[in-house]
Amino acid sequence: MKGKFLVFIALAVLAAGLLAGCAGEEGKQVTTPTEEKKEIKAAFVYVSPIGDAGWTYSHDLGRQYIEKVYGVKTAYAENVAEGGDDERVIRQFAEQGYDVIFTTSFGFMDATITVAKDFPDTIFEHCSGYKTAKNVGTYFGRMYQARYLSGMVAGAMTKTNKIGYVAAVPIPEVIRGINAFALGVKKVNPDAKIYVVWTGTWYDPAEEKEAALSLIDEGCDVIAQHQDSPAAQQAAEERGVHSIGYHSDMSKFAPNAHLTSAVWNWSVIYSYIIEQVMQGTWKSEQIWWGIDKGVVGLSPFNDAVPEDVRKMVEEEKQKYLNGEVPEQYPFVGPIYDQQGNLVKAEGEVMTDEELLSMSFFVDNVVGEIPAASE
Amino acid sequence: MVDPGFLASLLASSIRAGTPLLYATLGEIITERSGVLNLGLEGIMITGAFTGFAVSLATGNPWLGVLCGGIAGMLLALVHAFFSITLKANQSITGLMLVLLGLGITGFLGRNYIGEVAFYLDPVKIPVLSDLPYIGEVLFSHDPMAYFAVILAAFLWFILFKTRYGLEIIAAGEKPEAADSMGVNVDRVRYFSTLFGGFLVGIGGAYLSLAYAKLWTEGMTAGRGWICLALVIFSGWMPQRAILGAYLFGGLDVLSFKLQATGVGVSYHLMKMVPYVVTIVVLLFSVIRKRAAFGAPAALGIPYVRGKKE
Repeated sequence: MKGKFLVFIALAVLAAGLLAGCAGEEGKQVTTPTEEKKEIKAAFVYVSPIGDAGWTYSHDLGRQYIEKVYGVKTAYAENVAEGGDDERVIRQFAEQGYDVIFTTSFGFMDATITVAKDFPDTIFEHCSGYKTAKNVGTYFGRMYQARYLSGMVAGAMTKTNKIGYVAAVPIPEVIRGINAFALGVKKVNPDAKIYVVWTGTWYDPAEEKEAALSLIDEGCDVIAQHQDSPAAQQAAEERGVHSIGYHSDMSKFAPNAHLTSAVWNWSVIYSYIIEQVMQGTWKSEQIWWGIDKGVVGLSPFNDAVPEDVRKMVEEEKQKYLNGEVPEQYPFVGPIYDQQGNLVKAEGEVMTDEELLSMSFFVDNVVGEIPAASE
Repeated sequence: MVDPGFLASLLASSIRAGTPLLYATLGEIITERSGVLNLGLEGIMITGAFTGFAVSLATGNPWLGVLCGGIAGMLLALVHAFFSITLKANQSITGLMLVLLGLGITGFLGRNYIGEVAFYLDPVKIPVLSDLPYIGEVLFSHDPMAYFAVILAAFLWFILFKTRYGLEIIAAGEKPEAADSMGVNVDRVRYFSTLFGGFLVGIGGAYLSLAYAKLWTEGMTAGRGWICLALVIFSGWMPQRAILGAYLFGGLDVLSFKLQATGVGVSYHLMKMVPYVVTIVVLLFSVIRKRAAFGAPAALGIPYVRGKKE
């Protein structure tokens, strides 16, 4: 009996300690409210830890931005499981009276819609989904445009004409990124091929590094990635080859290898939404902005990137800015798949629907798309 | 048919990927052999990974990092030992608690260490031997900890099966009441084995952050602790078999990348399943054959209370 009692005491002490730890952390997150007439409170629901470079990190930069610039009081919950805790966490923020709640992962879609029904006066913004409601808007960025530009850099810099791409899981978003990148490579270097390795992970540094090393072993001299960790960059740095980052500027992880990163700048969209909320003009929209609005872009180039390459990329970027090309560019025909079939004829533009459901590789990609898991 | 260069780089990667698994598996084998089931490997490994990284960053000495990673693992194991040996609590529950505790604490404390660059263990090319074609790359181009893991496995095999200490550990795990009547202090043996096991698991974690991935991120063990629990079963609680198992499990992981990189289409879903399928097959085999060589220690997970039959 005595033993059981001791266990109980020990567990209680431990639990108290953990709770104290949590409380301390929460206290730190909530900053002092600023003296605005109408104080806006915004909450963010993240799927992963904020970390150092990935998807959630890029969103958190946006959160910090609106907090600083608009004096918005923000709170966030990280590492929230999709289809698990998500509904409870979102509901809790709604109950606490947050004016706008950002849910930043595709898998939060249904939970967001469900909670939004019960809180008609709260605004919900879901990132990357397609379901909307009167009080639920969606937002996303046309990352493939930046991917395309970064592919041009890779294509210009490769000497072996083998470019490695460490990819997470075969969903349309990732496939679209690979294809855009490959089209960028093709634009400047039709002989180069893109070798894709799927890791099945979003965030396992050891695995992702190993995947990058495998590609380097096979002769790839530029490594691109669609992962949350910077491990592929580090693999490139270790082996003395080049790399292209993703999400945020990853140069600090691979100062020599890193050429540029295709980066998110969510503060553009967050600022827009917050302004609408503050002015009381917010309405449910489906935002899918591109490089012209600055939601996506390239991080500063490494010194190793020669002037003519920079110029070429800049010219291509200008085409988006002055509307010379449609938003869907580079997905404009002629586009061939791996089997050599013509997917889009000369001059035809892929529709947004086709982009959002993309499930084939273009012809200069080596590798297969595993059967979709969902 | 198979390109020797491909094979060599696959085997070299298998050893790299398998070494952290090997340390943790050896640790858990010693723990389980004494009758204590510690399901907290994932939590202990991540604690070792974080502590090792933080100490290496602070002191500039990765070896000190490895040592402290081990000590941190030992401290968590001490918690487990206290609950499961002294208090006779349910071992599964305290083990699982360690997982949550380790992941939580390192996530909290490790926040400011993300993105830092510490001091790492680098591969040492053994002169002459590392220049041998292929073999040099596979066997003689690793960091010292990778070599030491194999020596450790051999050493533990010797201790377990050829010495009196080993006999006591095995007795405590198989028939604690018999061991007790022979004058073995079962609780002490179990304490020692659990602490030593935790030390090795912590080192496995430190290896992950200081030699394999060479960075610290939250949750970076990514399930390796659970893989090691399967590896213990795969090894049939034998240190020498753990070498093969760890390299095999590590290699299967890498093989999928290597094949994809050469343009061969394989499903990573299936590849990730293989270690577990193999473990299930080994388990089935052990049940069907009822061979002691594959079986779990008889008193595994059962608290020993003197004079009381379960």
